[in-house]
Amino acid sequence: MHLTLEFGGGLELLLENSTKVHKVEVPPQDGENMVTMKGLLSWVKANLIKERPEMFVKGDSVRPGVLALINDCDWELCGGLDAELEEKDVVVFISTLHGG
Amino acid sequence: MAGGGGCGRSREAIEGELRKLRAEREELDSRIRQLESQLEVGSTGVGGAVAAKGAVDSSCDGSVACRSRGGNGFAPDSGLPADMIYRYSRHLLLPDFGVEGQRKLSHSSILVVGAGGLGSPVALYLAACGVGCLGIVDGDDVELNNLHRQIIHKEAYVGQPKVKSAADACREYDIVVDATDNLPTRYMISDCCVLLNKPLVSGAALGLEGQLTVYHHNGSPCYRCLFPSPPPVAACQRCSDSGVLGVKLRGSLPDCTICGKNSVFTEQDFQKFDYESFTQSPMSDKTAPSVNLLPESARITSRDYKRLVDNGEPHLLLDVRPTHHFQIASISPSLNIPLSMLEEKLPMLETSLKETGAASASGKEPSLVVLCRRGNDSQIAVKLLLEKGFASAKDIIGGLQAWGQDVDPDFPVY
Repeated sequence: MHLTLEFGGGLELLLENSTKVHKVEVPPQDGENMVTMKGLLSWVKANLIKERPEMFVKGDSVRPGVLALINDCDWELCGGLDAELEEKDVVVFISTLHGG
Repeated sequence: MAGGGGCGRSREAIEGELRKLRAEREELDSRIRQLESQLEVGSTGVGGAVAAKGAVDSSCDGSVACRSRGGNGFAPDSGLPADMIYRYSRHLLLPDFGVEGQRKLSHSSILVVGAGGLGSPVALYLAACGVGCLGIVDGDDVELNNLHRQIIHKEAYVGQPKVKSAADACREYDIVVDATDNLPTRYMISDCCVLLNKPLVSGAALGLEGQLTVYHHNGSPCYRCLFPSPPPVAACQRCSDSGVLGVKLRGSLPDCTICGKNSVFTEQDFQKFDYESFTQSPMSDKTAPSVNLLPESARITSRDYKRLVDNGEPHLLLDVRPTHHFQIASISPSLNIPLSMLEEKLPMLETSLKETGAASASGKEPSLVVLCRRGNDSQIAVKLLLEKGFASAKDIIGGLQAWGQDVDPDFPVY
């Protein structure tokens, strides 16, 4: 499945060359025929994250302080970990800032 | 403990004086507005009138509540004075804003928490656009007291719970702006706004980028709905240019411990809540966590270093700060190799050290002294240098900050 992934708020530093936007082809998880957010997170952890994975994921989910958006919509409104992604979806991961 | 002035005047006398001064100020403000409007009628420029707009209150106690509302000469039921029409004409001409919008602004009150990089422009714009009552809270001006880490508190609240002071300061306003620079304060202000049922406009910035979110307004979530658990202490602190402006966020979480329907979080709980331990981070970035990596024998104080220089002992001073820091101010002579590049530039360091040795008259082996801003990176550097065979390497405890404090008071602090 073709997806556009964006990383912000410093999360891009965990990726190769600190690249923020990644156009990727994500296969369905074993035994399933769709890509869920849960599947995407483990795919990102295995394929994109180059360092300090604990800064991105905690357990099955994103770590506290990271906001996930599917097509500019809070992923909690789309089903959270169970949200099913569709072809050409844009998924954004942002780490919140607190500087002032 | 009495703070500041230390005069023996009674509370009543001071309050009386305050009332008198406030009345005088109102009178002065009104005269200023009249004169300004006369000026503006005859000129096309905006003039230097910015300072008189709104009621920007700030004083040496760092947090001031604005008690008079509806300033700006903007009477609720009568027409607008000529000077106000001229000043806000571009607002009034906006069909969706108009006179009614300006009137609402002039009767609104907004508290800006934090007057740093975010709070300053926020406060300036709010004052300029005609907000009737504006409060600014910033602890950084309260140096004379011990409150520099507790940005929302007044001197009068010394000895009282921080959260009481914060709650009392916020209570006076319709809207709160969070422009603070740390996580525990952000959670604290959000919880406080939920308890007092005030909307919270939260800004965050780092470097050239920022994020903006509105919390607890028309069913929108509170900070805790979005972030029930605080991020790990070491979470990346860099900013994004893909902020959260314009995205659809979840609504208030029904089971949010603070703003949810069944929340049992009370003002008493709020006052007792330890935000610093909840977030595992301090309310001030001035108390950066210090590392302790080296044995005492591999460390010297800034005063020790001064003596070493005065005695003409041969040494090389290695400054491991990033280059742009080094360019701000440095001790001369010193060699700048940023910590991130130290390992690859060890040969260059070796060469410099040999040159220093050759140039010294005593023929003594030169020692290697490592310096950074606060004395953390220098320890990491010395640890590496010791492992790589630079046996004489020592770091200066407390870095340039200690140098400025204990040796050279003229050394610029940044």
